[in-house]
Amino acid sequence: MHVPDGFLDAPTSLATAGVAAAGIAIALRGARREVDDRIAPLAGLVATFVFATQMLNFPVAGGTSGHLMGGALAAVLVGPYTGLLCLTVVLAVQSLLFADGGITALGTNVVLMGVVTVVAGYLAFRGVQLVLPKRLSMVAPAAAIGALVSVVLSAATFVGLYAVGGAVPIPLDTLLTAMVGVHVLIGIGEAVITFLVVASIVAVRPDLVHGARRVLAVRTLETRVAA
Amino acid sequence: MGAPHGHRLHFHGHSPLHRAPAHLKVAGLVTFMLVVVATPGSWVPAFAAYAVALGVLVAVSGVPVGYLARRMVVETPVLMFAALLPFVATGPEVDVLGLGLSKPGLVAAGALVTKATLGVLASLLLAATTDPRDLLAGLERLRVPTQLVQIMGFMVRYLDVVTDELRRMKTARESRGFTARDPRHWPVVAKSAGALFIRSFERGERVHLAMISRGYDGSAHQGARR
Repeated sequence: MHVPDGFLDAPTSLATAGVAAAGIAIALRGARREVDDRIAPLAGLVATFVFATQMLNFPVAGGTSGHLMGGALAAVLVGPYTGLLCLTVVLAVQSLLFADGGITALGTNVVLMGVVTVVAGYLAFRGVQLVLPKRLSMVAPAAAIGALVSVVLSAATFVGLYAVGGAVPIPLDTLLTAMVGVHVLIGIGEAVITFLVVASIVAVRPDLVHGARRVLAVRTLETRVAA
Repeated sequence: MGAPHGHRLHFHGHSPLHRAPAHLKVAGLVTFMLVVVATPGSWVPAFAAYAVALGVLVAVSGVPVGYLARRMVVETPVLMFAALLPFVATGPEVDVLGLGLSKPGLVAAGALVTKATLGVLASLLLAATTDPRDLLAGLERLRVPTQLVQIMGFMVRYLDVVTDELRRMKTARESRGFTARDPRHWPVVAKSAGALFIRSFERGERVHLAMISRGYDGSAHQGARR
């Protein structure tokens, strides 16, 4: 769910907007290294892809369904900087053109669903990748763990923001337990879907997956002769 | 892409609100909502005044109330969350129909619903009265980084192309007798998402090459402007 207007008080909203702006400034600089002058068209199309996948319903049970948040997925596919730009643009368009997520809460939403999911997701992905063997088949599992971590940390950050600027007196330990508990489940779903999506892309076009670049670089040419 | 090249929330019109410069509308929306959010939840007359002001703007814009009302469904998750608040919040309890509900929770839920509803309505009004191209130009005038505006421009432009691609994949899956019903079907749906990524990425590359062949040099001021 996107944070609406009035959920957090004005000072907290402005503070998160500042954090979001700083994150975006860093991402704008870093994205140039990831996709050079192709930034605008590529990031634009990848943002559209993220928006579209959020419309893709994954049925759970009894008519309910869930969808991707996509932070970790975008970070693994196009790199953390471009990924953050894509998520930011998706959230801005959702807020401005679809009224989904409050305009004053845009900074909060960018922090929660952009900065935290992309940074946490990518760091977890890289960490796992360092431990696992350097094989193409390991990219998708690492991305899945990144996705799980990103969702849980995003929920925990939300509770943290709520503790600072929440408008309703909810006991914090209850909120933390409930939010993290629910989001571990959601995170597992996100992890499974991210795994499946990344695996299907790595199987066809591993060269497009940013997170697979290092693995591709060390891959040697194999000559297999039919017996 | 359909014939009217607006986005789904845009309502074509020629009211003063439609003609007002987009950067002023965005700045006005942000200021208005900051004031609304900063208003303590107990100031009921203030919220009534905000609602009246917004109502006047809706009347001036000529956007039918039903048009806006139908699009307010986007607020549903917020309403569900607000409905939970009186049960989970602490503080003195009041009896409502035999249920012990938290009083601060009730007050906060009321304030949240009021503020969120004003926010959704104001944002819908902006979306309904502003062409996406004008919105992008307005954001650029408000000093939003050009690159961000350019990315947004590409997203707005290709939104229908990519979502249509997704819809065609769904039609194709269903014409082969596949309907996703439970998590066992996730691999199939996920492969569609994977294919969509590859197609979107490749489309991005094609668009970039097409731009280069028309003289794009990677600098600003070419994507978002008309």
